[in-house]
Amino acid sequence: MAEDAKGAGDAFKDAVFAALVTLALCTPIIMFRTESDQNSGALELIFRPVTVLVFMALAFVGRLVVASAGARPARAKAAPSVGAPTGFRAFVGQVIGPLGLVFLLVYPALLVWWLGPSGSLKWIDSYGIQILIYVMLGWGLNIVVGLAGLLDLGYVAFYAVGAYAYTLLATTYGLSFWICLPIAGLLAALWGMILGFPVLRLRGDYLAIVTLAFGEIIRTVLINWSAFSGGSAGISSIPKITFFGLRFADADDGFDTYFGLDYSPIHGKLFLYYVILALALLTNFVTLRLRRLPIGRAWEALREDEIACRSLGINTTTTKLTAFALGAFFAGLAGSFFAVRQGFVSPESFTFNESATILAIVVLGGMGSQIGVALAAVALVGGFEILRELDWLKAIMANWFGVPDFDPTQYRGLLFGLAMVVMMVVRPRGFVSTRSPSIYLTRRTAVSGDLVKEGHG
Amino acid sequence: MDNLIQQLINGLTLGSIYGLIAIGYTMVFGIIGMVNFAHGDVFMMSAFIALITFLFLTKTMGLGYLPFVLVVVLIASMTLTSVWNWTIERLAYRPLRGSFRLAPLISAIGMSTFLSNFVQVAQGPRNKPIAPMFAEIVQFHFGEHTISMQYRQIVIMAVTVVLLVVFWYLVQRTNLGRAQRACEQDRKMAALIGVDVDRTISITFIIGAALAAVAGSMYVLQYGVVSFSDGFLPGVKAFTAAVLGGIGSLPGAVLGGLMIGLIETLWQMIPTPGVPEYKDVAAFSILAITLIFMPSGLLGRPEIEKV
Repeated sequence: MAEDAKGAGDAFKDAVFAALVTLALCTPIIMFRTESDQNSGALELIFRPVTVLVFMALAFVGRLVVASAGARPARAKAAPSVGAPTGFRAFVGQVIGPLGLVFLLVYPALLVWWLGPSGSLKWIDSYGIQILIYVMLGWGLNIVVGLAGLLDLGYVAFYAVGAYAYTLLATTYGLSFWICLPIAGLLAALWGMILGFPVLRLRGDYLAIVTLAFGEIIRTVLINWSAFSGGSAGISSIPKITFFGLRFADADDGFDTYFGLDYSPIHGKLFLYYVILALALLTNFVTLRLRRLPIGRAWEALREDEIACRSLGINTTTTKLTAFALGAFFAGLAGSFFAVRQGFVSPESFTFNESATILAIVVLGGMGSQIGVALAAVALVGGFEILRELDWLKAIMANWFGVPDFDPTQYRGLLFGLAMVVMMVVRPRGFVSTRSPSIYLTRRTAVSGDLVKEGHG
Repeated sequence: MDNLIQQLINGLTLGSIYGLIAIGYTMVFGIIGMVNFAHGDVFMMSAFIALITFLFLTKTMGLGYLPFVLVVVLIASMTLTSVWNWTIERLAYRPLRGSFRLAPLISAIGMSTFLSNFVQVAQGPRNKPIAPMFAEIVQFHFGEHTISMQYRQIVIMAVTVVLLVVFWYLVQRTNLGRAQRACEQDRKMAALIGVDVDRTISITFIIGAALAAVAGSMYVLQYGVVSFSDGFLPGVKAFTAAVLGGIGSLPGAVLGGLMIGLIETLWQMIPTPGVPEYKDVAAFSILAITLIFMPSGLLGRPEIEKV
């Protein structure tokens, strides 16, 4: 709100109003915390007035800042730019991709050199591999949401199909990971087509809800059909990954013995790291190549204006279906990898929250931008894990804010949700908001995201 | 036979909760064409507000007269939830008008994630149980049939009916309702003839939240337990109800809610082992099938897209 005539008094009134609204919002939910009584189990209320006052003060100050920022003469809004990016941004744009790739390739080696084999285990496993799974899922969903403009809220269902496909094939028929991987991908793609075919003629938000429904149906079936999927207990002792038939185990026929190395669990982890890196890069490579083909252009055209597409003779159903199936295919591959890495699958891992997380990664990365999605995955998944490691942060939270066992991952969903809202309000095109056109006449120019009219079809 | 009627009553109780939530979905969709994904979590929030207010009144204040407590809980929950939904609309949805089409939905998904996690952080991840209220059983005799109802089921149905009548009056007979229906038909035209569109949309969110808060209070009364994740399933089922009844249609939302409630309870009576567990699948399938084959629902108008 930028009413110029607004005086300081009005801003103050606004701020008081904001503080009062905050008081109303906080009244029961923050002011009283319900705790079960140790003995009787009945709920007791714990009064927390200070927290409410802190929130009210924050709202008051925040509103004042916003109001004073609005009162200042508004900066002329930069016109949407068309043209080759220049200077520093162009440099960053060109360099960050290759640089990131090199970093990812040497990341485990650096860690092993720095922390030693056992010290780097955690960093490779819960940072490297974990983040890369999300990068891959983000890139896969990016095909569906970012390129084709179809909001898929049930993406995690295909992830589950992949995971269960590998698990069941491996435990029932004893097939190896490398045979199951493409099968899992194809099965997920098949499911993508089966589910996609009836729903793809729906308008955007209905499509989103139906995919959500399908995702939940698949999860509920996995929970209840115990004979097939092991029910909510899941399936454990899934065969581990092998290196051309060599197990990563401390055994005579293991990888380490075969190559005459001393046994170390790091070898298996390193192998897993490079496998998921290769899978993620495959996703990226396929996406980048497809964007240059007619099908990729059709996706993006479809995202911008469906009716125009139809009148130009693009078969919208086939176009959407390929995007849907391809996205599902990569989710299947990722799911299969998830199962082999975890050694255990259960429906718990495939809740709607997981879909929302992947969607948040894509949205924050600026739907359509590959680098943006990767950076968002690193920030959202890795950022919180890093916060958990920081002892001084824990000490501050315990001593100053009275939060004894501070666990930042608890706040992850909170911030994910908030970030999605703020992103839509402030920068609906994401962090990386320029589009590089896939076809151009003489020179490549970057188009500001403001110029593309996304999803008005 | 007796069991069937018993289950029908249970289904109607559940259905009236779904119907009350569904009205919020359908009104918001009617007026700004957006699926308010966070509405289920607003309902969960209202249930928490009701629960805490109830504990505050009975434990901290020591009030014992339940009907009075219930009325205060209902009013507090309706008011405070309205403030929540008003704020949500103001901060998360209003700035997005005129943005690209999926932006409000994505924002609403973010808001939904935010709300459930907010409650989890503020109140802890455990279930919050309270002692059952109005648990006395009333028996009705019809010839040789006996139907027993819990007192609270009667309370729930009575409250629902009374509030629906009030709501119906509000939408059909007042200036506010007329403005709202005008915005629903054509927002630009309504603005031209002097309807304050922004205010009307705000009020729509407030009414939706108030009805969700009634549902939330009734939910606490009926089941006596809430957790932070309780917004998702009832939310999706209420949305199913709105879609089944024809999204945008108010009687449709109530009808759809009752139908979903009945289907869900009757589904659990199917004697084949293994089938009753799939009650959620039944609800989700209805959602998918309705959207695919009958997107305008039972009582809705077909939607024509203009270029």
